[in-house]
Amino acid sequence: MKKLNSLILLISLALSSSLMAAAPSEKLPPISIDPLNRTDSLQRGAKLFVNYCLGCHSAKYLRYERMAQDLELSIEDLQANLMFTGEKVGDPLTIAMSKDEAKQWFGAAPPDLSLHAKLKGSDWLYAYLTGFYADESRPYGYNNKVFPAVGMPHVFEDLQRNLSEKDFNKAMYDLTNFMDYMAEPIKKERIILGRWVIAFLFFIMLPAVLWLNHEYWKDVH
Amino acid sequence: MLSFLKNTTSSLASSGYQWINDRLPVDRAFKTHMSEYYAPKNFNIMYFFGVLSLFVLVNQLLTGVWLTMLYNPSGEGAFDSIEFIMRDVEYGWLLRYLHSTGASAFFVVIYLHMFRALMYGSYQKPRELIWLIGMAIYAILMAEAFMGYLLPWGQMSYWGAQVILSLAGAVPVVGDELMLWIRGDYVISGVTLNRFFALHVVAMPIVLLGLVVVHLLALHEVGSNNPDGIEIKAKKDAKGIPLDGIPFHPYYTVHDLVGVVVFLIVFCSIVFFIPDGGGYFLEKPNYEPANPLKTPDHIAPVWYFTPFYAILRAIPSKGLGVIFFAASIAILFILPWIDRSPVKSMRYRGLLSKLNLTMFAVVFVILGICGVKSPDANPLGLSFIDYKLVGQICTFLYFAYFVGLFVIPSFEKTKPLPERVTS
Repeated sequence: MKKLNSLILLISLALSSSLMAAAPSEKLPPISIDPLNRTDSLQRGAKLFVNYCLGCHSAKYLRYERMAQDLELSIEDLQANLMFTGEKVGDPLTIAMSKDEAKQWFGAAPPDLSLHAKLKGSDWLYAYLTGFYADESRPYGYNNKVFPAVGMPHVFEDLQRNLSEKDFNKAMYDLTNFMDYMAEPIKKERIILGRWVIAFLFFIMLPAVLWLNHEYWKDVH
Repeated sequence: MLSFLKNTTSSLASSGYQWINDRLPVDRAFKTHMSEYYAPKNFNIMYFFGVLSLFVLVNQLLTGVWLTMLYNPSGEGAFDSIEFIMRDVEYGWLLRYLHSTGASAFFVVIYLHMFRALMYGSYQKPRELIWLIGMAIYAILMAEAFMGYLLPWGQMSYWGAQVILSLAGAVPVVGDELMLWIRGDYVISGVTLNRFFALHVVAMPIVLLGLVVVHLLALHEVGSNNPDGIEIKAKKDAKGIPLDGIPFHPYYTVHDLVGVVVFLIVFCSIVFFIPDGGGYFLEKPNYEPANPLKTPDHIAPVWYFTPFYAILRAIPSKGLGVIFFAASIAILFILPWIDRSPVKSMRYRGLLSKLNLTMFAVVFVILGICGVKSPDANPLGLSFIDYKLVGQICTFLYFAYFVGLFVIPSFEKTKPLPERVTS
């Protein structure tokens, strides 16, 4: 009986671990993201995003005001540093470029980036952002290590030229971090609430029901 | 004055209760199904998964109702409304993660619940009907999950549904007409989404709830099996109460509470810390809106369908594949009549039976992995074998289990059954 139980446990463990092992691996170096403590990095990332990405890519599921709240910025800071084209603070991060024109210019319309970190994974994003290299055969003179024949020009060209490799990588990390936030703005709230929930279940509910169970089952032989 | 009020209210309450009880069998139902339903006292950990299925069902119904209030069932608005729930609705993210994780949790507990029945022969006489109703619940649950998975209207929702719906096309003669009839359109479209929504939130849940009630009524008619697979009703005391039985309430209600809390700890850890389930509960391509013009590189159904999907893919011809796919589920229905063992529980069967069941569990898991993987990929980096071949071997072994169940009892020696349950 005990043996059978441990057998089941083994099987279910094998199931979960083999499923994990079966996870799609793209063999990219993982980057570490700390959703609880990244406000500075997110602020820098947001600045990069609105300056370099928002010209062509929208982030239509994120609102300016929400972003300011989550990034601990005042409305004044937001309007002075992150908003350029006269939107209202409650507006989402949309763009004026039409999809048809974009398709003509770049071969494919630049995708909305709200959920891109969820779609591609943060590791992929970082590898992509730091993966541009010179390639004369491409229309804009650059190709990408993880996205061969990409239609997007290397928009960080001047940034990469003017910064040390370390600083450039750090900037791209900030941008990746921001896009990770953007894909799931409630991530921090989720983890903090989760800790309280698990603590409550583990330290209050579990002892309570174990005690109750023990009290009732004392007389069952 | 105060005590007068107290007495009056309590007598009012008790006479009110009496009034209802004279007209509705509240007390009788509670006695029949709870306080005087005698369950074997030797239930083990495997016996938590029935009550946990019920618990997850309630979770799905409650979170589902609130999601329905906020979701927009149209091709244009579905994807956006999910993000609206995730971002703009207070605790909308929690409702959605509880529901999406709940779907996977449902299948985890149901699979373990079914495995328990295989271990202890809970489908054998006199519980064949409980097993049949249970299988109907499982089939409806698969339909419910499949339709629910289309609703987020992401790429994997769309193309996964495309693959599964195309199975209907393999039906001879009427296949194409049948597909058209199910979709309501020449491709999967907003029309399909609308009908799947109606079926997912109204039709299937009603059927599911009805079947669950019948499943429990049938169970309480014949009584629960136990890890020893012997009938506790065979040994009763003077009052007609089984000697090895204890009232379900309060003993198993408090016992099940422990199971529920432990389950919640695991469940909430996923909801709050890894809600995507590593890309298996919420698949990455589903973060891109459905696009009928762009096929994803790799289409795999959600993990709980992959064992059967692997069987489908293992057969080179599509028509034959669909037959094997349907047979792999249909054969489970007749399980009570395949198994000819005189004892129920694995505890009193021979080594061969135990190995057969273990093999089945392992094969089911491997089939699940095969269904996730691309058929040309090599397992564990071994170049001489691919997942297609592994899937074919496991498909053979999957059906071999049932042959074993039929044949092994004819020569296998069983151990003597105990008089009373062992603890």
